[in-house]
Amino acid sequence: MDKLLFGDNQFFGINHMSEEKARAQAMRFQKTDAIMQVLDTAYDAGIHTFMCTTHDRIAEVVDRVKAQPDRYADFTFYPCMPYAHKYANAVTDHGMVGALRSFMPEDGLLSTALAGGKALATKEVDGISKILIDMEMKMFQGVNAPVVFIQNVFTDLLLGMGFTRALRLFHDHVQEKYGAEPAYITMNMPMLLAALEKEGIERPIICSNINKIGFRMSGGFDAYLDALKSGRVRAVAMSVYASGAIPADEAIHWISELPGVESIVFGASSAGNIHGTKALVDKYMGVPA
Amino acid sequence: MLQEMREDKLKLAVVGLGKMGLSHFAMVNAHPDVEAVACDESGFMVDVLSKNINTPVFRGYDEMMDKAAPDAVVIATPSRLHAPMVRQALKAGMHVFCEKPFCLDWQDSTALTDLAANKGLVAQVGYHYRYVGAFQEMKRLIEAGAIGRVTHVLAEAYGPVVLRTKRQTWRSQKSEGGGCLYDYAAHPLNLLNWFFGAPAQVSGSVLSSVFSEGIDDEVFSTLRWDAGPTAQLSVNWSDESHRKMSTKISMIGTNGRLYADRQECQTYLRAPVESLPEYQPGWTVKYTTELTEDRQFYLRGEEYSGQLDDFVTAAQQGQGNALENSFASATETDQTMAMIIENADTGQPVGKAPVVVKSEKPARRRWFGR
Repeated sequence: MDKLLFGDNQFFGINHMSEEKARAQAMRFQKTDAIMQVLDTAYDAGIHTFMCTTHDRIAEVVDRVKAQPDRYADFTFYPCMPYAHKYANAVTDHGMVGALRSFMPEDGLLSTALAGGKALATKEVDGISKILIDMEMKMFQGVNAPVVFIQNVFTDLLLGMGFTRALRLFHDHVQEKYGAEPAYITMNMPMLLAALEKEGIERPIICSNINKIGFRMSGGFDAYLDALKSGRVRAVAMSVYASGAIPADEAIHWISELPGVESIVFGASSAGNIHGTKALVDKYMGVPA
Repeated sequence: MLQEMREDKLKLAVVGLGKMGLSHFAMVNAHPDVEAVACDESGFMVDVLSKNINTPVFRGYDEMMDKAAPDAVVIATPSRLHAPMVRQALKAGMHVFCEKPFCLDWQDSTALTDLAANKGLVAQVGYHYRYVGAFQEMKRLIEAGAIGRVTHVLAEAYGPVVLRTKRQTWRSQKSEGGGCLYDYAAHPLNLLNWFFGAPAQVSGSVLSSVFSEGIDDEVFSTLRWDAGPTAQLSVNWSDESHRKMSTKISMIGTNGRLYADRQECQTYLRAPVESLPEYQPGWTVKYTTELTEDRQFYLRGEEYSGQLDDFVTAAQQGQGNALENSFASATETDQTMAMIIENADTGQPVGKAPVVVKSEKPARRRWFGR
């Protein structure tokens, strides 16, 4: 993994500080051209990995990258699945079973199994999970996607319920079918790490908030530091600036001294912020990202 | 009661595994002081979960009550079922956390509030916005008199729930507790009740459909308080421009203006207020991120974990009542919604014209004094 990864929240009207700002961003990035412009700035600054949601708009970005293989020779995607709103809306519209059925191939065995309203065999549950993963991966055909994340709402829902077998299913399918590294986004890193280890997953790639002030590090700051120091996790740090609460230099300096943090993911819309973060990561984390 | 003598975990059952129920279940199941169980009517959910998780999941409420005998329940079933299920749990001596809205008939709400009080049980409703840092700050500022006498309030909620004519679910049936009033407007109304109590009069209410058949997709109303403000309510769940539900309250008072949503609390003060030294005249913005403390487990926001943490704490400590969002407070919101429905049906104002406080006269200027 590169030291510095580029995130996509800013493109989709997600801002943890202000609804006004989120809307302004949604307006600005209405057109894919505007997204590409920012991605180009990041790419030309040497940030080659784009960690992105499996949002419909991303499919357009993938097409642009595919269309210019020379321009984007090193462009790497880290898909984060699923785009949760698609599923939440389907459940509102069709109920839980209906929603699942609407995503299965028509006339397939699984669609029939769901229609029967009968208990599903374990094999069928596994089959449904794999189809859902494949659906999300479809847009990345033909581009470089060596690490695949599962989004925090899903990771943490499964973690909370104790349905960690699904995380193992995800792990195996991503490795077997895509030859990629399975990875997990969470708001509860220490608890997730323990659960993944119980599923036999060693040294997982986990993306979580890691910042000097302990902002949204559920399970406790100390538990995070212990997990990082233990060498049992390959961490990707997000929210390193804690939504702007920590000065950039101080934030990156602090992260660079932590063991176990392999990468930082950040989102920005301006060239100034992109270059600023890149320069700090180069300065404190050694090897140019 | 038995559970008060026990030192061990709270045995807590989540009833109903729909969208809210699953999320509650994940949070309580991850809670270090809880031994969770769950139940649902749908064989599908029960079956998939039973085969894949260690926590017991039962088919049906009665079977779960018989076999698991929990200390407390979280009721997250369609709204129409809240009253009978809450009653059954209270009668069996269990603490109850009920999803919002509380009961569709506020007389049930009142009766259940009394029943819980008589039994000394913790009885709480899931109005999670009271656990959002920015709204807590707004409440603190109102109570400190930050913006003086509040006269003018706008309470809004928008989001993308019903965007086209579609298949019926319980959320799309009035008799089941569906509709934008119960689902969306309940939240800003509950905040208004928290800030100002029960309104004296409701008028100008409109409940209208945009895409749905037979239920409201948008809600308008004017609410007035005795010796208090007038609030306008504007709610619409057929608004695709919002990514998810957005609730916001703005208010103007004699000493300034307040605005809050899930992310931030913006304050404009005309003159400084002695008890609020950190607020200067002009604008001050505080973000939920700085106003909220981290929780043990995070799923969709600190507020969801926070309300369940409080419920578990109150039940374990045998407090006898909820720390926030008591049944009584949710009953006030049920009554307010009933006033809006009656007003929209009849076109007649509901309640009494409010007692109006005349603004205190400024001390007469003495042109020739001194």
